[in-house]
Amino acid sequence: MTMLLVVLALAVGTYAVRIAGVLLHDRLVLPERLRHLLPIAATTLLAALVATAVFTEAGRLSVGVARPLGVLVGAVLAWRRAPFVLVVVAAALTAALLRLAGLP
Amino acid sequence: MRQADGRDARLWRDAAAIGAAVGVIGLSFGAIAVASGLPAWVPAAMSVLVFAGGSQFLAVALMTGSPVAAVVGGVLINIRHLPFGLAVGPAIGRSRVARFAGAHLIIDESTAFALAERHPERRGRAFWTVGVTIFITWNIGTLIGVLLGGAVSDPAVYGLDAAFPAGLLALLLPSLRDRATRAAAIAGSVLAIASTPLLPAGLPVLAALLGVGAALLLPTPPTRAGDQPERVTPAQRGPR
Repeated sequence: MTMLLVVLALAVGTYAVRIAGVLLHDRLVLPERLRHLLPIAATTLLAALVATAVFTEAGRLSVGVARPLGVLVGAVLAWRRAPFVLVVVAAALTAALLRLAGLP
Repeated sequence: MRQADGRDARLWRDAAAIGAAVGVIGLSFGAIAVASGLPAWVPAAMSVLVFAGGSQFLAVALMTGSPVAAVVGGVLINIRHLPFGLAVGPAIGRSRVARFAGAHLIIDESTAFALAERHPERRGRAFWTVGVTIFITWNIGTLIGVLLGGAVSDPAVYGLDAAFPAGLLALLLPSLRDRATRAAAIAGSVLAIASTPLLPAGLPVLAALLGVGAALLLPTPPTRAGDQPERVTPAQRGPR
């Protein structure tokens, strides 16, 4: 019973957050300058998500090198306009191989 | 027309790539949930109804010990979807059905793919293609994980923990060419990393929003073509 409530509450809460953003976009009358900041804010959140995924783990700074180096390889490839698939696969492969070699 | 077909083919290929990776993460989610003693329907229902990876992992970990924290923490992690909805809302579509269904598909990847496109119509197509693809692979992955149970190992072994940030970063690069966006993103990332040891899960990423202030500090560049990629000119605006 508790588990069902947790699943439903999390589902409702998450959907409420999502639909709120979509509906607010229309109702919110923003000056052009602020409206211009919306994609910047979304990009900033995604960038922070990338940064924390690379450099932190379970609420702590991460000391591992395999993951940052894997992401670095992917980033360089992306910078050189390599296809998206290659970026993702190269990053994973680099990290996996470094771990296989014994690096944290 | 041929050019549009080429872009569609590339979009499907990219969506399939990220979808496959998400599927494997879903597999580990299902397996971890079952291995931690939860009944199979819990991860299965979560992947359909919640559809937000980070919060699902957190909720599974806290489910039996502190159910209230599982809900509060999970929703906190997902608060970032509100600004995502603000940013990609128009790309989701005009009809009520499209918006209420599309809102459920707002995730990091669908938002990043949408923001990587400039034309409103292409934005919508990227959002839906990636959102639907990942919804399918995430749920199939979860079910397989539930069935396999403890037989699945840590996804970090395959380097999937590096695949995700790299994929997201690749999608962000075009937006980061804009000076103001880059300043905000760097300031926000530093804030998020620095506050990670201090704040509960979900809040460090939100703290990054303070970094948007860095974009405001920059002097507004003289308006030239191409300076502000986010601004939609009337010619680009699709039929309403």
